[in-house]
Amino acid sequence: MSRRRVGVALLALAWSVSLAVLGPLQAQDLTRGKAVYDRWCAGCHGETGAGDGEAMTYMLPRPRDFRRAVYQVRTTATGGLPTDADLMRVVDEGMPGTTMPGWRTRLSEAERRDVVAHIKSFSRFFEGENPTPLAFGKAPRLTAEGLVEGERWYRELECFKCHGDAGRGDGPSAPTLTDDWNQPIRAADLTRGWNFNGGASVEQIYRRLRTGLDGTPMPSFSDAVEGEILTEEQLWRVAQWVHSLSPERPPVREVIRAPRLDGALPSGPEDSAWAAIPPAWVPLVGQIVIKPRWFAPRVDGLWVRAAHDGQTLAVLVAWSDPSRSPDATWQEWIDGVAGAMTDADGPVPTTQGPDRLHVQVPLRPPEGLERPYFLGGDPRRPTYQWQWTSAPDAVREGRGTGLGAFTASATTTVQHAAVFADGEWRVQFARALAPADTAAAPAFPVGEAVPMAFYAADGSDGEDERRGAVSAWYAIYLDVPTPPRVYVAPVLAVLVTAGLGGLVVVRAQRRARST
Amino acid sequence: MRAAWLAIGTMVAVGCGGGGEQAASGGGETATQTAVAPLGTGTISGIVMFTGTPPANPPIDMREEPHCAAMYGGNPTDPVVMVKDGHLANVFVRVTGGLPAGPYPKPAKDPEIDQQGCLYHPRVLGVMTGQALQIHNSDSLLHNIKAVPTTNRGFNVSQPRAGMTREHVFTAPEIMVPFECNVHGWMKAYVGVVDHPYFAVSGENGAFTIGGLPPGTYRLEAWHEKYGTKTVEVTIGADGQGSVTFTYAAS
Ligand code: HEC
Ligand code: HEC
Repeated sequence: MSRRRVGVALLALAWSVSLAVLGPLQAQDLTRGKAVYDRWCAGCHGETGAGDGEAMTYMLPRPRDFRRAVYQVRTTATGGLPTDADLMRVVDEGMPGTTMPGWRTRLSEAERRDVVAHIKSFSRFFEGENPTPLAFGKAPRLTAEGLVEGERWYRELECFKCHGDAGRGDGPSAPTLTDDWNQPIRAADLTRGWNFNGGASVEQIYRRLRTGLDGTPMPSFSDAVEGEILTEEQLWRVAQWVHSLSPERPPVREVIRAPRLDGALPSGPEDSAWAAIPPAWVPLVGQIVIKPRWFAPRVDGLWVRAAHDGQTLAVLVAWSDPSRSPDATWQEWIDGVAGAMTDADGPVPTTQGPDRLHVQVPLRPPEGLERPYFLGGDPRRPTYQWQWTSAPDAVREGRGTGLGAFTASATTTVQHAAVFADGEWRVQFARALAPADTAAAPAFPVGEAVPMAFYAADGSDGEDERRGAVSAWYAIYLDVPTPPRVYVAPVLAVLVTAGLGGLVVVRAQRRARST
Repeated sequence: MRAAWLAIGTMVAVGCGGGGEQAASGGGETATQTAVAPLGTGTISGIVMFTGTPPANPPIDMREEPHCAAMYGGNPTDPVVMVKDGHLANVFVRVTGGLPAGPYPKPAKDPEIDQQGCLYHPRVLGVMTGQALQIHNSDSLLHNIKAVPTTNRGFNVSQPRAGMTREHVFTAPEIMVPFECNVHGWMKAYVGVVDHPYFAVSGENGAFTIGGLPPGTYRLEAWHEKYGTKTVEVTIGADGQGSVTFTYAAS
């Protein structure tokens, strides 16, 4: 079994084992809710609900401290308690974009109800209270003018101060944001709706605008409506506009198609010719196989486009990153991240490195399905890599035999151009299909799928050559209409959130068994 | 139920001051909340001194808001330690012991906090439980106001326009409730919530007065965001006057 598969298997195992080992509920004197909590939630949220489970320092945001009864995803006014339905919903669905898993399929409805009751018992605030939801009304019909209106109010209400001009979480206040527990918190990237903690539908976004996300810097905008600064309809327009920034579901494809262009290849990252080529979404997950592991990566995915002209392959990779690292205005941020993650696998650097993007393919064509280890390759099956950094803005080309194990070639045959704007990097690579030196670099054959994988890191987030985000193997396919379906969709993305929860739970169970 | 928590909060706040040594003077009967007569006419006059060299206040990077930055000649600083001629401002002082039993009269005027020039004015203030704190924005730009209490419920509201006002009522005593603006991470204020009206904040000249008290011996606690708390005892004599000095030293 390859190391890659071991890595993936471990993750899968962590979760599935934890599901299998349901075992008998422990002590009889515990209420059911407490038993469910102790088994499934305490590893993250802590035995006493203080949010201090053993895995706490691996996570950003940290598991919630339930003692203050501060909840993000509510239908009640800011400062209000969540309704039982609110709590059930968030326990059922989990919180996308965080390590908080959804429990709908893992616990029975009765268990979920019991555990919600137990969570409430951590705070005196719930006693005798019966919170009432706000009235939200209905979304107006979506229109083109409505979206323009929504964008106008996004600017009028100064959402961009935190979320940035294009919504990528790169506003001027973003580097300074902290939550109620003084941990750094990212302003949501509004082009990544699938990461919204409370869901990505227009209705859900509207609710968050009315209620705020308590415990975070995201305020309620209900006063602006009640004070007639804007109408309810106009606030709905904001929600619709925010909703329009993300695709409904990112178009994950196993194969990155590189059409053959008759004319010239795009001349650079900003060439409008790229717009005609549909992008593939490559999800990335934290590198959690090799220490130091990284469960809270900044980059959650890449938009990849490719094209060739029979001579040269051009690849454009675009991703959200709020900082052009290193950037002095983000020093406060990286200090905060380093402070939050102190105990996790050694200290996080407080010196900002560059932003990084690595693109790798097998150095030698794989036989069958055998591919190099996905983390940079292995000595037996090395990878050929392009390692781009933002500072200096340069690409090193060379041979990789593992994460951080990289030997640059003496000569560079890949060309690149990088542009940073509005919280987004766009980096274009171009290389001849036929390599200059066949021992040092593989060819990009037309009509064959070539495995391709990625690594990305944000230097202002404490990320480097190991703390960062990785993809599973994808494939790039030059110029054939029907791509072969040999490469399985990356299980990895699904597994990691679950994986962390699983690891915690499994470890907790192991401990329980050994005592 | 909320009332029960109020009661517990009250016990904690008053209990630590060793309250109740003085017999209640004429407070026994059940008074309605609306019009509670003053407990007395005595006044505590106090002054907060500061010895040593006050530290320089940290600069604020206000480039994000040139409009605000311009109000400070381009060199805004965070007003953490405000010392003038050896007097310390922004010290929150309240009676923690010796008070007759309530109910206590509510101050006539609602307390106010304003956001102006991307700072809070005042930076330190007191409110009585049940009083309606008026939160006002005088800046023509977005502020959010996030209160992060532990005993009370917090909130996080936005005021994207000048002229907006929101009322907030805290229900339980709490020293102190931090207010912050996340759009402008440097903006900090501290609100002392007390279940009686016998509190004050030292002014620029370090002076404060707490009135409406009958003669007696009281314990006072002073709080400063950097230098912490100090406690003293003070007696209001038959002449209705008591005076007290707190002294903080540069650390
Ligand atoms: C003071 C900074 C700040 C301002 C101003 C602000 N936001 Fe946010 N917003 C945040 C932060 C921080 C988060 C992430 C909270 C989290 O991760 O739990 C967030 C989250 C969100 C989300 C995701 C909700 C979810 O379910 O996770 C949306 C949508 C959003 N904001 C839209 C807006 C809009 C629209 C405005 C203006 C009307 C706005 N925000 C103003 C800081 C801000
Ligand atoms: C793998 C770690 C992990 C496990 C296991 C976990 N949680 Fe969480 N949970 C989190 C994190 C992290 C957050 C905070 C996310 C944020 O602040 O954006 C959270 C937040 C929550 C919230 C707050 C929702 C809100 O609206 O703010 C609730 C409720 C919750 N978890 C319930 C549970 C329950 C019930 C269980 C067990 C059945 C559980 N969690 C297990 C990590 C975990």
